[in-house]
Amino acid sequence: MESKHKEPLGQSPISVSPLWDESRQSWGMYPKTTSLVSPLHWRGQEFSESSQDKHPSLSYLPFGRGRSYGDSCLNDKNILLGTEKLNHFIELNNETGMLKVEAGLTLKEVLEEIVPRGWFLPVVPGTQFVTIGGAIANDIHGKNHHVAGTFGCHVKSLELLRSDGTRRVCSQEENTDWLQATIGGLGLTGIILWAEIKLKKIVCPWISRETLRFHNLKKFFEYSEDSDNKFEYTVGWMDCLSQGDDLGRGVFFRGNHLLVKEAAELKVKQERIKTFPFHAPEFLLNRLSMKAFNTLYYHTHPSKKSEIVHYRPFFFPLDGINHWNRLYGKRGFFQYQCVVPYEGSKSPIFDIIETFAKSGLGSFLTVIKTFGNSISPGILSFPKPGVTLTLDVPNEGQKTLRILEILDEKVVKCGGRVYPAKDARMSKESFKHYFPERPAFEKYKDPKFSSSFWRRVT
Amino acid sequence: MKLLIFGATSAIAQSVAKKVAHEGGELFLVGRHQDTLKIIAQDLVVRGAKKVGEIAADLTFREQYSEWVESAAKFMKGIDVVLIAHGVLGDQKQLEQNSDNAFDLINVNFISAALLAEASAHYFEIEKKGTIAVIGSVAGDRGRQSNYYYGAAKGGLEIFLQGLRNRLFPMGIHVLTIKPGFVSTPMTAHLKKNVMFASPDSVANGILKGIAKKRDVVYLPCFWAIIMGIIKSIPESIFKRLKL
Ligand SMILES: Cc1cc2nc3c(=O)[nH]c(=O)nc-3n(C[C@H](O)[C@H](O)[C@H](O)COP(=O)(O)OP(=O)(O)OC[C@H]3O[C@@H](n4cnc5c(N)ncnc54)[C@H](O)[C@@H]3O)c2cc1C
Ligand SMILES: NC(=O)c1ccc[n+]([C@@H]2O[C@H](COP(=O)([O-])OP(=O)(O)OC[C@H]3O[C@@H](n4cnc5c(N)ncnc54)[C@H](OP(=O)(O)O)[C@@H]3O)[C@@H](O)[C@H]2O)c1
Repeated sequence: MESKHKEPLGQSPISVSPLWDESRQSWGMYPKTTSLVSPLHWRGQEFSESSQDKHPSLSYLPFGRGRSYGDSCLNDKNILLGTEKLNHFIELNNETGMLKVEAGLTLKEVLEEIVPRGWFLPVVPGTQFVTIGGAIANDIHGKNHHVAGTFGCHVKSLELLRSDGTRRVCSQEENTDWLQATIGGLGLTGIILWAEIKLKKIVCPWISRETLRFHNLKKFFEYSEDSDNKFEYTVGWMDCLSQGDDLGRGVFFRGNHLLVKEAAELKVKQERIKTFPFHAPEFLLNRLSMKAFNTLYYHTHPSKKSEIVHYRPFFFPLDGINHWNRLYGKRGFFQYQCVVPYEGSKSPIFDIIETFAKSGLGSFLTVIKTFGNSISPGILSFPKPGVTLTLDVPNEGQKTLRILEILDEKVVKCGGRVYPAKDARMSKESFKHYFPERPAFEKYKDPKFSSSFWRRVT
Repeated sequence: MKLLIFGATSAIAQSVAKKVAHEGGELFLVGRHQDTLKIIAQDLVVRGAKKVGEIAADLTFREQYSEWVESAAKFMKGIDVVLIAHGVLGDQKQLEQNSDNAFDLINVNFISAALLAEASAHYFEIEKKGTIAVIGSVAGDRGRQSNYYYGAAKGGLEIFLQGLRNRLFPMGIHVLTIKPGFVSTPMTAHLKKNVMFASPDSVANGILKGIAKKRDVVYLPCFWAIIMGIIKSIPESIFKRLKL
């Protein structure tokens, strides 16, 4: 055997798989795509000519764990660069809370190591199965947006590998414009290899949570205003099918990290992860079943309750069921998340919710939250000051698309925007209105990178 | 746990190492690439490993086997478990044509793994305790036209380990034969994935369980025991006609 141990394996060229593969889809299971999946193995690997001469006309896109809902993480009939094996920690400074990790690590793996040492991620989304790279590329937000801003606000530096083989360390000190383009850059500026993140100090894994029912949307805004300076985490679940006096009723959750050490003694209930076994048949997904679910959810929550819960059920309640997306059947579903100006009781959100409630569509999981005033660091970051609404909508074909288009018109009119990480359908026109910053982004886009989303909206 | 790993850059071995590091264990890594070993060592330290040492060398350098075991024992002040994880799948068609390649494949998968197990045994014999865990494969259970070089090497390794287990049993030394089915790792990166593929993480859990429970042979995931039971039971007169 030729003795290969001399040449560093970690710098071998990225090689493109010869097999077309349907194994990588997004969380909404729509659209269905096929791609050449090429795993990256080491952060030192090279994007050389040899990586590219087999398929000179195909484009590349990094793929984390496909926890985006629509097609922004897909690259139909082109190449996906799998980041799963970029799963190494690099350094944790226990004094300063600076964490340096490869971009393919999931938030779950990171939390498992840092929580016992008294640290927490500065921002987490509603699932811990997303990667560090994905969190940066969509500049994700969490229940603490009103105090902490987006994930990108806490990224101190990262390394970017481009298809021309160049590498850039981007930070507040050097290549700052590249940092701003890559945060929220939808994976289009190159591969993020590693990032440095400033962690948040905690004393235990517990959260003190308050649950409050709100009987209409006005009450939600009251709770929100009252809570945002006292609670680090706030979010509302909403019954999107109730109308009239009950319009926008729901359940408000707010919480803080518990500050007492004794809490460390509390026992975590052994979590049993369940798996949704198959795609639900379509007839189960109708307005009646959704109405029943929403009403039940509202009424099974007490009007007020305080308790201490582990961080996992608090932040990631849906992670307890693997593949819960199969609930929506084989046709998949859309998620629609918009942000519109706040403006208290005159907020355009009232009109949007009412339109949806009357539309004949339904949603199991509607989430509402006020964003804070912090400015998102990315050129194409989604969050901006206002109120954000998220709807899960089963894919019923044209009817669904038509109604979401009507919502788009309203969001465009009030100067809001829709979240690309959740989108599979917005029009070119809408995208142009939502992201007028796009021309400034163009010069940082890697010419060999693209996505199904990008081809659709540009 | 004080764990010595041969083939420490293997995806399966990395998953085992991460879990041991998380529990505050000590590790000594042997693999052939300095740069990738460094990445893994750094990772294990952050995950909580008390100590991580490493040596970069080709695992076919058999003159050095006992030296490596001694270095590991010195670095960790003892060894509890040796995990032998390196291997190459090879391209059957090419191996049929090129006897140098065929020789090398058998050398890596069988000879080096067997002799490393023997070198570890010499160390444990003095200590009168320890575990030698070696990754074989379900492919070693029966020869098939699609990969009989790899299969023969892994099958030979299994028989070697049976003998070693038999010899070491009275001394209280545990020998574990690990037989994974398909696992999603760089070794199988070129194959189309299906439901039969397990994750390195779940295989690592199975390995650690097999070590803790002092099992002799484990199939991972366990359903492979049934599949291979059926495959082994087919009479050769029929088997030779099958396209497997
Ligand atoms: C149940 C659930 C709850 C959610 N809750 C929230 C929430 O509260 N807030 C929120 O903001 N989002 C939320 N999301 C969306 C999710 O956080 C984002 O879509 C996230 O980006 C997905 O990460 P991923 O690792 O799966 O990346 P993917 O979905 O695979 O990819 C996302 C984007 O990141 C890019 N990318 C991935 N890795 C890299 C890399 N190494 N280098 C460069 N680009 C890369 C991809 O090209 C793609 O553009 C939720 C999703 C689910 C399923
Ligand atoms: N993946 C499967 O489906 C599967 C199924 C059954 C059994 N197995 C067995 O599981 C074990 C681990 O494999 P894996 O799946 O984790 O694949 P892997 O990640 O490709 O690991 C193979 C490892 O063997 C190392 N290696 C090969 N030849 C070597 C040599 N001459 N000297 C030093 N190191 C050498 C490689 O080192 P470099 O990183 O330096 O190249 C690599 O770390 C192997 O024994 C394999 O046969 C795998």
